[in-house]
Amino acid sequence: MKRDYYIALKTIVRKETTRIIRIWTQTLLPPLITQTLYFVIFGKFIGSQVAAIHGVSYMEFIVPGLVMMAVISNAYGNVVASFYGAKFQRNIEEILISPAPDWVIIVGYALGGVVRGVVVGFLVFGVSLFFAHATVTHWWAVILFTLFSSVLFSLAALINGIFAQNFDEVAFFQNFILTPLIYLGGVFYSIHSLPQAWQKISLYNPLVYMVNGFRYGFFGFSDVDPGVCLVILVVLTAVLMAINLFLFKKGIGLKN
Amino acid sequence: MNAICIKGLVKTYRTGTQALKGVDLSIADGDFFALLGANGAGKTTIIGILTGLVTKTGGKVEIFGHDIDTDFEAAKKSIGVVPQEFNFHMFEQVQDIVVNQAGYFGIDHKTALKDSQEILKRVGLWEKRKAISRTLSGGMKRRLMIARGLIHHPRMLILDEPTAGVDVELRHGMWEYLRQINAAGTTILLTTHYLEEVEQMCNNCAIIKEGEIVLLDNVRHLLTKVPQDTYRVTVKEMLSLDQVRSFNPVKIDEHTLDIEIQKREELNEVILKLAQSGFVITDFHPKGNRLEKLFLEIVQR
Repeated sequence: MKRDYYIALKTIVRKETTRIIRIWTQTLLPPLITQTLYFVIFGKFIGSQVAAIHGVSYMEFIVPGLVMMAVISNAYGNVVASFYGAKFQRNIEEILISPAPDWVIIVGYALGGVVRGVVVGFLVFGVSLFFAHATVTHWWAVILFTLFSSVLFSLAALINGIFAQNFDEVAFFQNFILTPLIYLGGVFYSIHSLPQAWQKISLYNPLVYMVNGFRYGFFGFSDVDPGVCLVILVVLTAVLMAINLFLFKKGIGLKN
Repeated sequence: MNAICIKGLVKTYRTGTQALKGVDLSIADGDFFALLGANGAGKTTIIGILTGLVTKTGGKVEIFGHDIDTDFEAAKKSIGVVPQEFNFHMFEQVQDIVVNQAGYFGIDHKTALKDSQEILKRVGLWEKRKAISRTLSGGMKRRLMIARGLIHHPRMLILDEPTAGVDVELRHGMWEYLRQINAAGTTILLTTHYLEEVEQMCNNCAIIKEGEIVLLDNVRHLLTKVPQDTYRVTVKEMLSLDQVRSFNPVKIDEHTLDIEIQKREELNEVILKLAQSGFVITDFHPKGNRLEKLFLEIVQR
């Protein structure tokens, strides 16, 4: 049985990866263009007039944030679009009628999100090298925060996909919750530059921990303790995994 | 061992609709079984429960001895499904769809590729293996779903109205194919509206009405219960039907009429009587579909 699970998991990941490649003009190209524009406009044009932060030029400062932003939004976008698409076309039934247990389906889709997040992250990082010097201080932090952030948002996207009844509900969370969280998550600024009250409020934004933990990997400094960031990420991941398992078990949005 | 053993199966949907009101049903291993019923009678709900797409409210279901409450994985492994509506990814390639389905069932990629070649050749889709599924004709899409349902070598194949909206040639091709796999040992459960299909192919059948099984019988045995056969008669010229009223004639067009003949009646007599009434017969054949009357009688009761 264990081997069966592994094969089923591999199949879902392969299918997701094939999908990412098949529709690369929707999955890989757009984030590359958007993030390049950010580098040009925020980094080059505006950034040249902004003072260095912790001794790092503004252009360099926003690199980790922009990479993380790409990782998160693409992991999320991949899972919600693919899973809701499978629900809409009803080909999710192919997996639901199979003996693959719920956790295999959840992990499979989440890994699909990780694949897209990581690939896009690499591409955006590659582009950043045209604009800034690459300095990585702690590789472990870069790798761990990339993986956990993409898993976390893939799991969140899966919940969105499970509940979504139409394409509007797929777009809703991305437009009205994810995007504001990303922009207010310290991608473009250090939260220490905010007024005291806003600094406190920012700490309720999970994106702050991802962006800062990731940035710590690059520069060795962070607005928040990277250990705390990691613990928060792990706990949130566990919570979202549990919610997904519960929803699958109950068959909410999937079974009659 | 029974392929399917259902006891007291109940399903109440969240809307309050009671789709199944305590269904008992057994299907023998190797059987070719038809589940009949009007739209909304509960056929698809039963299939949904067997395949895990619908959760049951109560009752017990065993698939080849595996209880779906305690060992659903083994139960699921032994069945393949061909649903009523196309439900594959519209932008994936034909072979990928079949190979992925094998993967979900735990068949490794290499074996799946080999098996998919065999099954796609058998259903006549090998040439189309690289085609995007959306571009297939309706008949090809049906066959793709059959190939997908069989890729993991299930002991039982469930088909939910497989021939709805399928042209005559394809329907007969499908019947032939299903007969072959049944002869090779695969149990088949079929839901259908075409009673001709049941008469031609199935050993046993059940009729479900408003969530309850109202009839469960051997098809041959059932046919003996049908008191009369309908024959279609082609005549050179249509005359007055008054003299053949005893056959309950129904005029189809200027050259065709359907008549009912009691089982015990001799055909010689029938033809003689038609000839005596002035009809010149150019063709005379049984209409099949004998179950239709019986079905309507039960369902409308």
